Amino acid sequence: MLREIRPAIVLLLVLTAITGLAYPLAMTAIAGALFPAQAQGSLIEKDGKVIGSALIGQEFRDDKYFHGRPSATVAPDPNDSTKTVPAPYNAANSGGSNLGPTSKALADRLREDVDKLKAENPNAAVPVDLVTTSASGLDPDISPEAAQFQVPRVAKARNMPEDQVKQIVTANTEGPLLGLIGEPRVNVLALNRSLDRAAAR
Amino acid sequence: MTVIGWLQIILFCAIIVALTKPLGWYMTRVFGGERTFLSPVLRPIEAGVYWISGVDEKREQHWLTYTVAMLLFHVGGFLIIYGVMRLQAVLPFNPAGQGAVAEDLSFNTAVSFITNTNWQNYGGESTLSYLVQMLGLTPQNFLSAATGIALAMALIRGFSRASMRTVGNFWVDVTRCTLYVLLPICVVYTLFLVWQGMPQTLGPYIEATTLEGARQTIAVGPVASQVAIKMLGTNGGGFFNANAAHPFENPTALSNFVQMLSIFALGAAMTNVFGRMVGNQRQGWAILSVMGVLFVAGVAITYWAEANGTSMLHALGLTGGNMEGKEVRFGIVASSLFAVVTTAASCGAVNAMHDSFTALGGMIPLINIELGEIIVGGVGAGMYGMLLFVILAIFVAGLMVGRTPEYVGKKIEAREVKMAMLAILVLPLMILGWTAVGVVYPAAVASTANAGPHGFTEVLYAFTSATGNNGSAFAGLTGNTFFYNLTLASAMFVGRFFMIVPAMAIAGSLAEKKSIPPSTGTFPTTGGLFVGLVVGVILIMGGLTFFPALALGPIVEHLAMNAGNLF
Repeated sequence: MLREIRPAIVLLLVLTAITGLAYPLAMTAIAGALFPAQAQGSLIEKDGKVIGSALIGQEFRDDKYFHGRPSATVAPDPNDSTKTVPAPYNAANSGGSNLGPTSKALADRLREDVDKLKAENPNAAVPVDLVTTSASGLDPDISPEAAQFQVPRVAKARNMPEDQVKQIVTANTEGPLLGLIGEPRVNVLALNRSLDRAAAR
Repeated sequence: MTVIGWLQIILFCAIIVALTKPLGWYMTRVFGGERTFLSPVLRPIEAGVYWISGVDEKREQHWLTYTVAMLLFHVGGFLIIYGVMRLQAVLPFNPAGQGAVAEDLSFNTAVSFITNTNWQNYGGESTLSYLVQMLGLTPQNFLSAATGIALAMALIRGFSRASMRTVGNFWVDVTRCTLYVLLPICVVYTLFLVWQGMPQTLGPYIEATTLEGARQTIAVGPVASQVAIKMLGTNGGGFFNANAAHPFENPTALSNFVQMLSIFALGAAMTNVFGRMVGNQRQGWAILSVMGVLFVAGVAITYWAEANGTSMLHALGLTGGNMEGKEVRFGIVASSLFAVVTTAASCGAVNAMHDSFTALGGMIPLINIELGEIIVGGVGAGMYGMLLFVILAIFVAGLMVGRTPEYVGKKIEAREVKMAMLAILVLPLMILGWTAVGVVYPAAVASTANAGPHGFTEVLYAFTSATGNNGSAFAGLTGNTFFYNLTLASAMFVGRFFMIVPAMAIAGSLAEKKSIPPSTGTFPTTGGLFVGLVVGVILIMGGLTFFPALALGPIVEHLAMNAGNLF
């Protein structure tokens, strides 16, 4: 048994060096050369400044922008570091609400959000993804129904014809891969940027 | 439920079955010490590793030596993780300036990663430096996976050998598994993941000014290289807090699909390795069929429950299923499938929050783990776990006809059955024992996020996941407390090693036995009757043990939900 001690130490160190240093550092170099944009985080720049990542959702509150899903992410409370405060789309601390199917807190939140959306657009059914929080709190997408639902509000706020806004939504709608894998979705940041570009023209 | 949804599920199953044979063929060659197409590159590295570590690759080990070697290896792994976590503030690759991790959290995380659990009491992006992720966690992702496969190989050798005192060499098995199986796949896999959008950088977190002018700090890091092995090795510990739900840890529907495939690929292939080594691949297919039956049943229930939604959503006129805690790009079907895959295997990565699943949809992941994670299971661990149940099933069959049971040419006798029972009883001891403590000890009760039966399920899930070395969570539970850090660590440790030692004792005792040729009285173990019997034994064992606990948690919650009760 004693002769197993040397391999237990040396082999562990060697394999740790291979898998913990050589492998991730080599992959960082290779991936950075082959796919530089993705490796850095798919960042989007505007006028030389980073405005976000194509993959990470951000908060939109303004009526003239399409809104993403509610986000349950939090941040440490500046007054008391043992507590947390709501901080939607905090991309340095991902997480979901973790509220279960019989949670009163969830039922109250849903009712409030549904009422708000019904007041905004009484003519359409409220899409479920627009009132439920995502798992990461950073979901960059909404369903096509959730985008269509917001068209009247956005068109009104921007003084644009609804048809034109609808067209921009359709142009930003992505289908499942090969019609099979994944779900139809609209990237909110991409949609809002298209909208800004259309308005600037 | 939709036709497209079911087509995704069928496509997933078909690809796993298609991968089983070629991967099984390759792995059998690797562990047999034969040449592979990667040998020209890897053989010199392998030989160098043995030379510097003082390993004689020709010398095989007795089961006890093999087990002791494995345990010693883990002591070192534990110390490395604990050390880098405690010292991360003064070590390099820490652009976010993370401070030292607390003692109890470091202890919990170190146990978690050496046991292939990867329970996340830490929030990756808010707690750990890049160095801890790379040098602390990633190697144990490789090595705990390689250990699981090595142990399964030792047990399989117990069945396939006759009249021998040794079961292989632990050092050789771990090294070959890491170099020939895990690393090459991970290199290709990492590049695929980066192509899909996963970051792989050592640069600092990104400071962005959003379209509306708000500030957003975006955590990045060397994500892809860790995620590749996290999935392939059924580890499951996330780079980020939200794990595979985070858009950087699972950017697209395609990356999600491939991640699910990679959780099952090696575990399914182990059944083929088993078949090849005992001389009849149909023995392997029979075991994969047992897994398949249980898997498809679980997927059907979870998919149905999640697509159906909750009474709360129905009351507000919301249709489209239970989207709370799910991502739009995955939707109901890919979230449900992922939840079942990750708990059938001992992966524990999540792409949706299990805590927000419907009562019945969340019960299936719980049951999957409580059955012992033998539905494909963790790499290697699923195989030796399943073989323990096979031994019990064969024993039951032997009792029914009054004949000494035998399996693939080996007589199953009192010692094997006792050891199998000993290993399996670890699950209720740790899961039910600690849950009982967790629901009465005041400091533990304060950790639950949901009230009512759902809070009970959170505690039950935590100890189930830890004991099963799964690592997924009903994440509302605040696990980063002194009580949970220590008790969950003990559940992880006992759940892993108290299962391994009896399994290795079986390997040793089987290897010493003579091989007997099948006779007309031998119970055939490649047909439907055998598959049905094993499925039955697994469900009866799991059902009798855990039904009372499930009745108090998800089942009563389902009834309460339908009655319109809120907590």
